[in-house]
Amino acid sequence: MSVKPASSNRPLSPFMIGPYYRAQLTSMLSITHRLTGLALAFGTVFLAAWVTAAAAGPDAFAVFSGLANTIVGKALLLAYTWAMLYHLCNGIRHLFWDTGRGFDLKSAYASGYAVIAASLVLTASVWAFALLA
Amino acid sequence: MSLRSPLSQARGLGSAKEGVGHWWVQRLTAIALIPLSLWFVISVARFPLLDHATMVAWIKAPLVAVALAMFFVAMIYHATLGVQVVIEDYVGNEGTKLVSIVLVKFALYAIAAASVFAVLKIAFGA
Repeated sequence: MSVKPASSNRPLSPFMIGPYYRAQLTSMLSITHRLTGLALAFGTVFLAAWVTAAAAGPDAFAVFSGLANTIVGKALLLAYTWAMLYHLCNGIRHLFWDTGRGFDLKSAYASGYAVIAASLVLTASVWAFALLA
Repeated sequence: MSLRSPLSQARGLGSAKEGVGHWWVQRLTAIALIPLSLWFVISVARFPLLDHATMVAWIKAPLVAVALAMFFVAMIYHATLGVQVVIEDYVGNEGTKLVSIVLVKFALYAIAAASVFAVLKIAFGA
């Protein structure tokens, strides 16, 4: 059991967002992994709506695809694609870390840049494939 | 007050009383989601899945229905584990923490049930 301090005047670590903390690539990718994870969890609502509308019939599905075909719908779909591919690439980076390797600064930065590049290239490829197919 | 030593409390399933179960299942679902999510993204890009007839024909293929159901189950279970950790990290109040974890899990399990039901309804539909 932890005991709460009697006084709250003790010095605290600086709040990480703002001028007190210099962000690095590694910490930004870490919080982006969390944020994309939360976004993907929330996005399951839209995936469920998509298959549920399809199961309900052509009329219900027309409403869903009508909304998905708007500019906002397409922007969300693009963001969702990138979020999923980023979380996938950085997730593989985490699984590699679980083996106990790749923690030195040089490797962590190299894998970090690789994840950014891979997520962007994959997102562009998927959308190029979808628009040309 | 317990007379057990800190070491004995950390042994076995440890102080969290669930051992490495949460961590391990998060990894297992992550590994399962590597092929499943790649397959899903490529499929959605390959077929015009905003067309009702195309989508129904796609899901009616047994392998697609099974893979899609597995994708939903693995992803949503992975999501419950991940969101739980985020809530545990950022919500300080124990009551709020417990209630929000339970609510998020109920909501995500409902989404999983609805998604799998919809896939099966299309797969078995006339």
